[in-house]
Amino acid sequence: MSQFAGLSDISISEDIPVEGDISVPVGSQNPDDDFSTLDEPVKDTILRDLRAVGQKFVHVLYPKKSSALLKDWDLWGPLLLCVTLALMLQGGSADSGEDGRPQFAEVFVIIWFGSVIITLNSKLLGGTISFFQSLCVLGYCILPLTVAMIVCRIVLLGALSSVSFVVRLIVVTASFSWSTFASTAFLADSQPANRKALVVYPVFLFYFVIGWMILTFSPSP
Amino acid sequence: MANTDFHLQFQEFEDEQGFTEHNQGATTVTIDDPIKSRKQRKATGTAFEEDDNDDKTEIFISSKGLLSGQRKSAPFWTFEYYQTLFDVDSHQVKNRIIGSILPWPGKNFVEVYLRSNPDLYGPFWICATLVFAIAVSGNISSFLVNQGQPEFRYVPDFSKVTMAATAIYSYAWLVPLALWGFLTWRNRKITSLVSYSFLQIVCVYGYSLSIYIPAVILWIIPSEGLRWCSIVVALCLSGSVLVMTFWPAIRDDKPRITIVIISTIVILHVLLAVGCKACFFSTYEMDPSKDHNEPSAATNTSSSTKPK
Repeated sequence: MSQFAGLSDISISEDIPVEGDISVPVGSQNPDDDFSTLDEPVKDTILRDLRAVGQKFVHVLYPKKSSALLKDWDLWGPLLLCVTLALMLQGGSADSGEDGRPQFAEVFVIIWFGSVIITLNSKLLGGTISFFQSLCVLGYCILPLTVAMIVCRIVLLGALSSVSFVVRLIVVTASFSWSTFASTAFLADSQPANRKALVVYPVFLFYFVIGWMILTFSPSP
Repeated sequence: MANTDFHLQFQEFEDEQGFTEHNQGATTVTIDDPIKSRKQRKATGTAFEEDDNDDKTEIFISSKGLLSGQRKSAPFWTFEYYQTLFDVDSHQVKNRIIGSILPWPGKNFVEVYLRSNPDLYGPFWICATLVFAIAVSGNISSFLVNQGQPEFRYVPDFSKVTMAATAIYSYAWLVPLALWGFLTWRNRKITSLVSYSFLQIVCVYGYSLSIYIPAVILWIIPSEGLRWCSIVVALCLSGSVLVMTFWPAIRDDKPRITIVIISTIVILHVLLAVGCKACFFSTYEMDPSKDHNEPSAATNTSSSTKPK
């Protein structure tokens, strides 16, 4: 080991030139070059977005703690669900002015305005989730309630009896708890620990109101 | 060592300004909700920026030494200002709701529960819950009343939600605004009054409405006696919370003004309760009329929808 004995005397002096080449490999690292979506056929674009939306639907129906909804948020799914729900709640009757049935715009406003208020609430309480991620989660978790609406419409094609009411009540209650549970599974991690209940309660109220609108829907004669 | 004695004393703060003047440089411990102060002691250093309070300088003793809470320095057009208004934990909200439902003589709601940390979470969401509770219960009760008639087709009345929302939110914001303005004006003449900030008054009013939520749910049962009974009980409880809160602020004033203020607070509270009942729970099938002066209209059973 004696050849290392003199190493302690080595110091870098100014007369040793340090030179060389620093080269950074500049390849085609620009991701836009690889995934330029301008040239692809429109069908591919639409199918890709639809597949993303469908994948998120699956995540909502089987809520596990995954970050798929949060990482790649989009608002197409919520828009689709909201329009479907509002159209079905409207009943399609021309004389809906005299009923107190919610108009299309009212349902739309409730869903979007409600989502915005809940998002603001969770951010004000110190949540780390971003605004649009939260809107995305809340919108996608309306899916069980939309399914319940479809089921209720089908049930109402039969007679308007108390049996149908009980069936509808069970379906709406189950789907409303499913929605609340699913959105809590996605949102709960981003909240401080001692405020989880404060964030979950408005979500519960929101889905309760939507479930109420679905349950009290009665078709026009 | 002398500070540990403070832990054992329960201090009532009568006059907030006097307290801060006397104790400008002293080391004081504010006797707080024990759970809250324990949590704050645990959380010093990490959550310390949440200790900003709006109009009272509080000094907390922590393991890191003497740390002083500052006034809210964020201007009101920034998001951080509003975050300080939502600086509550779940158990704090629960305690405040319980404190507004079960008033204890001598426990001023503002001093015991708010402690210069008024929040807007409670008032906003309690009002929202009340609005939807009224709408849902009103619909259910009108459905139950008309259920026996075979020709009746139940139609949900959605306009009730907007009416209820307007009434309740304007009560919860405009009345505190008027009260705060009046108290501030009187405070200039009589300087020894306990003064509440606007947010504290909004907070008290918001939490005092929480007793109405179970009362409104009880109104589903179509029995007039039960409805009036629950109104009276709810009015007594929430009215006494309000009266006990504002009594220290106005008792030094002239007795005539005191009586006028107290009776105004109580009368407005009564009007809200009776108005909601008459408006949303009348058993008329026709458009509900906003008639505060005819509570007897609600006792008429509707016969207009019976088919002839």
